[in-house]
Amino acid sequence: MAEECVLVSQGSLLLKMELRSNPETLCVVRDALGKLAETLGFPETECRAVVLAVDEALTNIIRHAYQGQTERPIEASFRRIQVARDGARKPALEIVLEDRGIRVHEEQLCGRALEDIRAGGLGLHFMRKSMDAVEFRRKWGRNQLRMVKLLATADPAKGS
Amino acid sequence: MMQISARQLDKTTILDVSGDIDLARSPEFRKVVLRELRELRTPRVVLNLTAVRYIDSSGVASLVEALKASRDLGSRLILFGLSSGVREVLQLSKLIRVFEIADTEEQAVAP
Repeated sequence: MAEECVLVSQGSLLLKMELRSNPETLCVVRDALGKLAETLGFPETECRAVVLAVDEALTNIIRHAYQGQTERPIEASFRRIQVARDGARKPALEIVLEDRGIRVHEEQLCGRALEDIRAGGLGLHFMRKSMDAVEFRRKWGRNQLRMVKLLATADPAKGS
Repeated sequence: MMQISARQLDKTTILDVSGDIDLARSPEFRKVVLRELRELRTPRVVLNLTAVRYIDSSGVASLVEALKASRDLGSRLILFGLSSGVREVLQLSKLIRVFEIADTEEQAVAP
């Protein structure tokens, strides 16, 4: 998992959200994203995986980039794209989250050895395990997180 | 929304939890469970998670902290009623094996 997913088609914007960094909004995002993933044809377990990854990513933004401030902006966009994978074009869901918080290095998100039984450091692990690609970058003073989930097992007709 | 209510059964407290355990709700969840273990010194705390549809890493962290507290105090923390979503998250964390998990409430409270 978390291999490179090269974009071959920009695809179409499915949903865009402008959020505040308030933990109370997380349940709203989960509900909307769960419905979106279901509509695209992801199986139930994969719908839950996508929801988990986005929820954990937003949690990281709130806790680390905004350090618990609750009124800072977060932009979330969801696109249906085509990626090159294993020599073929495959449909996928691309999720991009942007925030204007402090720069957060991947190492700060505390991915850790799972043998270590302790609280914390699981969010990034969940994101990597749930998605096919997880990429962090800093662009124009913003943190940008791009995650991709392949729609390989989904029925493309359901998403059109 | 998340709600927690408590039931007593001899030396066991059953905490019925409902809703999502996420960044917004895990502090309250953690507080209630740790109070039961550390302050009230309940010998056996059973978490009924039947009505919990979602748990995130902060919720798992709260469970881990509660498990450690129970081990330190020589008490038991037992979970039951795991939904598919909660079970998947615990499996993903590879921590599912460290928790005592019962299939039913009867099993969780059995002597």
